[in-house]
Amino acid sequence: MSEPRTLLAIDHVSKNFGRVTAVDGISLDIRENEFFALLGPSGCGKTTLLRMLAGFETPNDGRILLDGRDIARIPPNKRPVNLMFQSYALFPHMSVRANVSYGLEMERLPAKEIRSRVDAILATTELVPFADRKPEQLSGGQKQRVALARALVKRPRLLLLDEPLGALDKKLRGAMQLELKRLQHEVGITFVIVTHDQEESLVMADRMAVLKDGRLLQCDTPHAVYEHPADRFVADFIGVMNFVPGKATADGVLAANGARITGKAPATLSPGASAVAAVRPERIRLFPEPQTANRTSGTVEALAYQGLDLQLHIRTALSPKPFLVRVTADAADRRPVAAGDTIELGWNAADVRIFAE
Amino acid sequence: MAPALAWLTALMVVPCALVLALAFFRRGIYGGIEYTFTLENFGLVFDPLYAGIFLNSARIAGTATLIAVIIGYAAAYAISAAPRRLQPVFLFFAVLPFWSNYLIRTYAWIVLLNREGLITQLLRWFGYTGEPPSMLYTEGAVIAGLVYNYLPFVILACYAPLSRLNPELAEASRDLGASALTTFRRVILPLTVPGIAAGAVFVFVLSIGNFVTPALLGGGRFQMIGNLVYDQFLTANDWPFGAALAMALIAIMLLVLMTQALLADRAAGRAAEAKGGANG
Repeated sequence: MSEPRTLLAIDHVSKNFGRVTAVDGISLDIRENEFFALLGPSGCGKTTLLRMLAGFETPNDGRILLDGRDIARIPPNKRPVNLMFQSYALFPHMSVRANVSYGLEMERLPAKEIRSRVDAILATTELVPFADRKPEQLSGGQKQRVALARALVKRPRLLLLDEPLGALDKKLRGAMQLELKRLQHEVGITFVIVTHDQEESLVMADRMAVLKDGRLLQCDTPHAVYEHPADRFVADFIGVMNFVPGKATADGVLAANGARITGKAPATLSPGASAVAAVRPERIRLFPEPQTANRTSGTVEALAYQGLDLQLHIRTALSPKPFLVRVTADAADRRPVAAGDTIELGWNAADVRIFAE
Repeated sequence: MAPALAWLTALMVVPCALVLALAFFRRGIYGGIEYTFTLENFGLVFDPLYAGIFLNSARIAGTATLIAVIIGYAAAYAISAAPRRLQPVFLFFAVLPFWSNYLIRTYAWIVLLNREGLITQLLRWFGYTGEPPSMLYTEGAVIAGLVYNYLPFVILACYAPLSRLNPELAEASRDLGASALTTFRRVILPLTVPGIAAGAVFVFVLSIGNFVTPALLGGGRFQMIGNLVYDQFLTANDWPFGAALAMALIAIMLLVLMTQALLADRAAGRAAEAKGGANG
């Protein structure tokens, strides 16, 4: 496999509105044919970054290179980039077909070509039966597909999607996540999606960037971000994490109650500094083997049955918050636990991540 | 409901019926009314002399409407593009002239336009030494007066749909490759046409029957139907013909209003039908 080609290079891009810095010197590369997610809490700058890629905002500093050409100052109607708006922004006075044709009419393509390309994308997005309807006659999921078709029919080099699933209900969202991935494969266009939903990025993205306060915290595959978060914020933001606060030691963290958590500390952390040890709920075992590196006991406060697995809240002396533990339905059946039980739990040193506090 | 109906009957239906009845009688030799039935008055309305005045009024009202719509729409657009919290302030200033009397507002234009008025003085101040321009008592003055007086209606009527427009629609159009001008023509304008229509009908109907502005700013030289009706009743003492003219004017206004109502209804019907389709 050859080295993936960089399609879009964001190079030290900054944007401020008055005294507020929305994007603060972000650099990242997006590769050809990639499904890329920009993830972060609201106000992290992800939407501003997206609007700069679309051309609705101009960076105060830095370059945005698409295929090596700086597009930072090119107006939105002159760049091969399309945006699917969060509100979908379908033209209410036009039919589905007219909405989808609009962008091709702007390119002054021959009517015949417009017709065949629109027909093709309507078929791909399963909108043929609705071609003559007005947007207000469509359901939320159908509107979303029209917005997608309207952007895709332009065959952009880059498709931007602003919280594309935000307006859909939970069940439909799950289906559309897979649908979007399938479509992206089918059309072979690079997708950049903005979302505040970490689960969504984990499911859909090939690679993701985590942003906070206008800065890039981490850019990697979902697996790497989940398993090796760059800092405490990312560890907390992505998925669920149990934290044990304490002081850094040579081989782990010394918890407030005197217990030692064994794990590999980052080299930058000097012994004695404030630190947290972190472990994912699914890495914790109930009734651990005696040789398990990290062991403690706690009281089961609550159980939440979730079909596939069982979530337990276990109060321990290690942290002020109860530990969250996920046990497979299988394991839970073998050794049932009930609220109020005092039980042993443990996890391996390899599953511990240590961050500066 | 009943008091409103009584009010409407006493002050609208009865006077209109009286005027309508009047139009079917003859004028007495020394003024007054001769109570014999005739259709002559309506025939006379179509006399080229009077029909010409109708056409002239329609032309002046049409011109005023066009200018008011262009200025009013631009103003409404600018207001809707201003920061949200400033918009009510600008709207307040737009309708502020309404708080003064129509006559006073029209007299203000005499002060501006007369031969030694403010505009002439301003020209002098810039070094102009020639003859003062004739601006008052021209058709232009009448149109200016009408536009000025009815502009706030257009601004308010156009502001409503413009301020409700999702700004992402214009961005989507730009994103799909449209220039700013094409975006205006194909997205913004079509979605705000109902406001333009409402404002335009208002200006046209109020302008075509207006007699104060042409009398004051036109100096009686540019007769409109309103002035003609006024003259028939108060100068020529031909009440039956005046009544026939008034009826013709009312008919024109009703026609314009009904056309607009019909079109608006059809648009609303389409929207309702569309909504029903989504629920079904």
